[in-house]
Amino acid sequence: MKLSRRTGKVMPSLKDAIRSSCLKDGMTISFHHHLRAGDYVLNDVLHTCTELGFSNLTVNASSIMACHTPLVEAIRAGVVTGIECNFMHASVGHAISQGLLANDVLFRTHGGRPAALESGTAHIDVAFIAASASDPEGNCNGKEGPSAFGSIGYAMSDAVHADYVIVITDHLMPYPLTDVSIPENLVDAVVVCDSIGDPDRIMSGTTRITRDPIGLLIADYTARAIEACGLLEDDFSFQTGAGGTSLAAAAYIGERMRKLGVTGSFASGGITGLLVDLLNEGVFKSLADVQCFDREAAASIRKNPHHVEISASRYASPQAKSTIVDRLDAVILGATEIGTDFSVNVHTDSNGMIMGGSGGHSDTAAGASLAIIAAPLVRARLPLIVDRPQTVSTPGKTIDLLVTQYGMAYNPKRRDLHDCLTGAGLPVFSIEELKEKAERLTGKPRLLKNEGRIVARVIGRDGDELDVIRAVHK
Amino acid sequence: MKIQKKAHAGTLESGDVLVTVMPSDTLTIEIQSPVVRQFGDAIERSARDVLDAMNIRQGAIHLDDQGALDCTLRARLHTAISRALMEEDDTADPSGKDGNTVVMTE
Repeated sequence: MKLSRRTGKVMPSLKDAIRSSCLKDGMTISFHHHLRAGDYVLNDVLHTCTELGFSNLTVNASSIMACHTPLVEAIRAGVVTGIECNFMHASVGHAISQGLLANDVLFRTHGGRPAALESGTAHIDVAFIAASASDPEGNCNGKEGPSAFGSIGYAMSDAVHADYVIVITDHLMPYPLTDVSIPENLVDAVVVCDSIGDPDRIMSGTTRITRDPIGLLIADYTARAIEACGLLEDDFSFQTGAGGTSLAAAAYIGERMRKLGVTGSFASGGITGLLVDLLNEGVFKSLADVQCFDREAAASIRKNPHHVEISASRYASPQAKSTIVDRLDAVILGATEIGTDFSVNVHTDSNGMIMGGSGGHSDTAAGASLAIIAAPLVRARLPLIVDRPQTVSTPGKTIDLLVTQYGMAYNPKRRDLHDCLTGAGLPVFSIEELKEKAERLTGKPRLLKNEGRIVARVIGRDGDELDVIRAVHK
Repeated sequence: MKIQKKAHAGTLESGDVLVTVMPSDTLTIEIQSPVVRQFGDAIERSARDVLDAMNIRQGAIHLDDQGALDCTLRARLHTAISRALMEEDDTADPSGKDGNTVVMTE
């Protein structure tokens, strides 16, 4: 007698998988952005949906990246009429700002997105999950195979909450895959394609330490401020973005910790090779990784058990019973503008055009004990500090300290920081004084007001509308 | 004063401005800037100030601004015009570089 075994869920093609999902016009499809600027999957799926004649779809993606410009064509063709995301690169954002999309874009945060899925505020009909390795039943990860990208954290909530889950991989492995990030019990179909992305472009240009002396000065002040606040003790935990200044600050913090003989608890967030080095050196005990920014991070998460993959929900969902961000001592964040009430814009550029999004900005600002904005006081004649930012991405009440190359300003609700900072000899001003300093250099910019129709809504991590973004007409 | 020949000053680095001045029978000022909506008027005012101070009534002035501060803008425009007003002999530069002869050896 011969045993008959299941053959698995592998579909002959992406088209067949989409047909099997019973996708209909008007439904929502989802994507994750761990392949960053190298992702092929979102474009391939939209192309196939266009061929199959779908219309009126909503794309719910953790982020829209620079490589996703075919989305603009899909919008023009009526295939896509709605977008929900946590970040949108200017390549698509500028088209949205000119009023291309019929419906308002919904911007959430990396924690707000899984929270909306958990509460049912947002719904995914079909999730497309790019996996660098999968077995025929859909046990999958982002750690193995030629297109390995590391953590698959943002896709975990999609796998749990979507009605239908399609795993797309370019590396089919025998059943059972052992290092499983998303398990088979959540997966409906598997598609094998030639390539899910370009691994060389997973690492974007942002993950290098700045060599700009202004950036280095800001980083130095930031590290000294964290030390002055008494945070550099054993079990210190922190997060930085992947911008050059943030990375330089991380390097300086690591240096101070070595000198002080302090062992940190964890570093979280998008993980870079720089944090991997600090882990391997023993400066931090572990890394909590929702997304790998470079190949060093992707290689580390595969082999180091202290480099831990976490879901977006565990990272930052305000609906979760507890999260990583609530355990953060300090976070270092960027800003395109900051208001005198410390509210921060990371969504729109100086002309009000969409070029970013919160990502984990609001989540970590809300969670961390010390939320720091580190940014140059003037960028190409534009002052950082304004009366009110064009878009409020992160509420001012969650920001504790602003650090610039001309000095720092604490939020008046954190008057307790005054003595620590001045005691350490750091240059402390009020935010209004820093604003005046900048305007003495630049002159006062003319106030812009976009009167166009609403093109996007910024949803705070608690689910309330924080702000709206209006069309910009050139 | 009338601009006699084409001259440049500045660069296209962020925070700088590339000024080009050319002969013309009328006075035209062309401003290209990422901050034109916030500072377009201020840039034009400063340019006219410099032109007036140097007594320039004719010329085609092109400002390819990369977010230069006002002092930078004025200095670059001043230099470009000074270069445009120089006699041919004054600008002859044996090194082919910008007024300096630099010799480097290993």
